[in-house]
Amino acid sequence: MELSDTSNRDAANGLGGYLLKHLREYGLLLALIAIMAFFQVVTDGTLLKAVNITNLFLQNSYIIIMALGMLVVIVAGHIDLSVGSVMGFVGALAAVMIVEWSLPVGLTIPACLIMGILIGAWHGYWVAYWKIPSFIVTLSGMLVFRGLSLWLLEGQSVGPFPKSFQLLSTGFIPDVFGIGRPNGTALAAGAIAAILIVWLGLKARARNAKYGIEGEPMPFFVIRNAIVAGALLFVCYKLAAFRGLPNVLVSMVVLTVIYAFITENTTLGRRIYALGGNEKAAKLSGIKTERLTFLAFVNMGMLAALAGLIFAARLNTATPKAGFAVELDVIAAVFIGGASMSGGVGKIVGAVVGAFIMGVMNNGMSIMGIGIDYQQVIKGLVLLAAVFFDVYNKSKQG
Amino acid sequence: MSALLEMRAITKTFPGVKALDNVNLTVKEGEIHALVGENGAGKSTLMKVLSGVYPAGSYDGEIHYDGALAQFGGIADSEKRGIIIIHQELALVPLLSIAENIFLGNEQAASGIINWRETFLRTEDLLKKVGLSEAPTTLIDSIGVGKQQLVEIAKALSKDVRLLILDEPTAALSESDSQALLDLMLELKAQGVTSIIISHKLNEVRRVADTVTVIRDGGTVSTMDARTEDITEDRIVRDMVGRDMAHRYPARTRRAGDMLMQVSDWNVWHPEHQDRQMIRDVNLDVRAGEVVGIAGLMGAGRTELAMSVFGRAYGRNISGEVRMHGKPADVSTIDRAIAAGLAYVTEDRKSLGLILEETIQRNITLANLRDVSAHGVINEAEESKVAETYRGAMNIRTPSVFQKVMNLSGGNQQKVVLSKWLFAGPEVLILDEPTRGIDVGAKFEIYNIINDLSAQGKGVIMISSEMPELLGMCDRIYVMNEGALVGELTAEEASQERIMSLIVTE
Ligand SMILES: Nc1ncnc2c1ncn2[C@@H]1O[C@H](COP(=O)(O)OP(=O)(O)OP(=O)(O)O)[C@@H](O)[C@H]1O
Ligand SMILES: [Mg+2]
Repeated sequence: MELSDTSNRDAANGLGGYLLKHLREYGLLLALIAIMAFFQVVTDGTLLKAVNITNLFLQNSYIIIMALGMLVVIVAGHIDLSVGSVMGFVGALAAVMIVEWSLPVGLTIPACLIMGILIGAWHGYWVAYWKIPSFIVTLSGMLVFRGLSLWLLEGQSVGPFPKSFQLLSTGFIPDVFGIGRPNGTALAAGAIAAILIVWLGLKARARNAKYGIEGEPMPFFVIRNAIVAGALLFVCYKLAAFRGLPNVLVSMVVLTVIYAFITENTTLGRRIYALGGNEKAAKLSGIKTERLTFLAFVNMGMLAALAGLIFAARLNTATPKAGFAVELDVIAAVFIGGASMSGGVGKIVGAVVGAFIMGVMNNGMSIMGIGIDYQQVIKGLVLLAAVFFDVYNKSKQG
Repeated sequence: MSALLEMRAITKTFPGVKALDNVNLTVKEGEIHALVGENGAGKSTLMKVLSGVYPAGSYDGEIHYDGALAQFGGIADSEKRGIIIIHQELALVPLLSIAENIFLGNEQAASGIINWRETFLRTEDLLKKVGLSEAPTTLIDSIGVGKQQLVEIAKALSKDVRLLILDEPTAALSESDSQALLDLMLELKAQGVTSIIISHKLNEVRRVADTVTVIRDGGTVSTMDARTEDITEDRIVRDMVGRDMAHRYPARTRRAGDMLMQVSDWNVWHPEHQDRQMIRDVNLDVRAGEVVGIAGLMGAGRTELAMSVFGRAYGRNISGEVRMHGKPADVSTIDRAIAAGLAYVTEDRKSLGLILEETIQRNITLANLRDVSAHGVINEAEESKVAETYRGAMNIRTPSVFQKVMNLSGGNQQKVVLSKWLFAGPEVLILDEPTRGIDVGAKFEIYNIINDLSAQGKGVIMISSEMPELLGMCDRIYVMNEGALVGELTAEEASQERIMSLIVTE
């Protein structure tokens, strides 16, 4: 065997070699761009209109928020099939509390989040401490909470909500600069975010170089950052032209950053990956695997509750069908984003991009007027294609 | 004798690693050919190339088998030609019976319907050939590794084997199981089967091999013929490591200091069968700077004892007391045991020691993330510095610490597990078969590390099935049998005979 040092090796394999090794990450980004370009063309430019971009975020925020929690659950080696039902149930609970019992919004929201946490704890308890497969526990939860929301709503739709509750989903961040249109806050936020991303990227590169950690070749770094920063500026520019930054977008971004940080940079995150990668080895390394599993479900429950609130606020009513089959979109997003069914592998950013891919497809196909029947078929095939790409890639690297 | 197999100028690269570099291997019809070399030298890779695990086209060079150029597209192709490989990691299905495993993928069936009578009859026949008396319906789960290894061979025999490849078949076997396996190899040779054996146990190589090929750093170093010359272990070692190795064990100065750890009246029951007591009234102690061995046969309960002490990782109804520095210590969970200063290096690195999908770096720091983080946030630069330190100190052969552990050779994986526990900074390190599957040079390095630890005043408990290793390294040896300690010998008193007689007389 010959040991060449890292720099040598990179030079030897060149850019192509690097690309091959990281095909998945770049592929995902490219797939999103390609899908957007496709729909932009076939919808005659409707996709990237300011109104539609705003809509895209509003429509998909709850999926993205749940995808964050689902990624954690899947990385930990489990699955949660109940999230659609849970979000429906929590939406129903909010409606009943606010509309029927006239409780204040300020009390309802925390109460609903706590309900989500309790539901997550219920699932997590059976999975973590009784070792009942999560598929079964959450399948049960799926039925139970679907049934409970029907019972709560007595089969009816309940609404509308007061304005203060609707703001959760339909509100926009006001223009602090007082320009109004275009919205100054949105423009500033876009610029700051773009600069921040590039700056953080450069800082990480410098640190990696200092410690001899293998980094992305410069051309890729430049291109990738140009695309990401460009897209950010573009989106914010478009949003500014409409009504500015939606509240949900802000909470979504904040949550994404927090979860990305936790999963990638903290001991907690590292332990979750270890748990999913090899539970026995993780346990023998002193990791409290049961507690981590429990917490992953608690977290999922909380995010499903948040998603339920946002969804109900957007529709301005709670219906017994809310959240129906949404778990499938969420799970699909996470797998498209590169997570592995067997646990231990997957990234927050991947899950979010996966959710966007699903979202853009939903949105684009709806604009095109493609029937829900074909939409399902296409989404299903895209999921299979994405995972096939993963598996194929892996087998080639051998 | 003509050559059955000729591998010419085989070169195989993985991203960043040239695992094989122009390797030549010639195996004559009817011989037992031993393939030896350091961890990561490329032995397993060479055999995977031969058996089609890495298909033709994914490597350079030519394979000539039975007089013709062979280009296998997969294992099925090579099996059809009578080449059967038994991998370093056994590939039996634990919850299927012996018979089902032997004929897995090769079922005795007519139009898809299994003929059980035929299956059982043939299985009985095959089991007799390999010297097993188990019933064909016995589940794989319920027989030991030694017997499982024999089942693998029975499986190979069921497929009209011409060339049998055994990758470290005795690494996990006890002395007597190893002997049985080697005898079987000799018997197969008498029946005309050619075999290739990979092993780090050079005494075994000397015992069975007609020819020995040494590979180092992905290339062939030498080929020796036992029929024409005398192959000494020293000579093999010299070719393997590229220099003379005068001693197999480093010199040790004994220094038993203060009492470090005491285990008293330790009793453990089986986790599932509640009436089976696995550990009986064990009392043992380790002083600072001491290396204490636990000898015993496979199944004596050594692993069970170690794991139950290490945060009750094994067993139930555990009773007894553990004291550290004379004070009662809380070892009721694994993280508490680690906090109390214990570390346990498992014998089963793949399923209990490593996260194969993760990088070397992340595996090394896993048991001690605290030291590479602040307020729960990991400092990755610090982390890779730690990983690099251990890569150097342990001589882990890899292009970078970001390599997935999955891609390391067996011996190098073992070094990663050891690094992980050294980094956890324990006071008492429990090593369970620490040199399993490790080459002579690396063994020496590990012995040196053990000596360093004891020089720092740490205690080491070493469980090993290789008695020479215990005799060469330990200051004191406990002998264990059927869950109880049946004797204790000082280094001066200890000998293979005395240990064996303690086991037998009980
Ligand atoms: N799939 C892979 N990807 C990358 N590198 C690999 C892969 N498989 C093996 N290697 C590398 O090739 C080299 C040879 O490995 P191999 O498993 O053949 O060693 P070995 O001689 O069998 O060692 P051991 O005695 O430890 O089992 C090692 O450096 C290993 O890290
Ligand atoms: Mg090997």
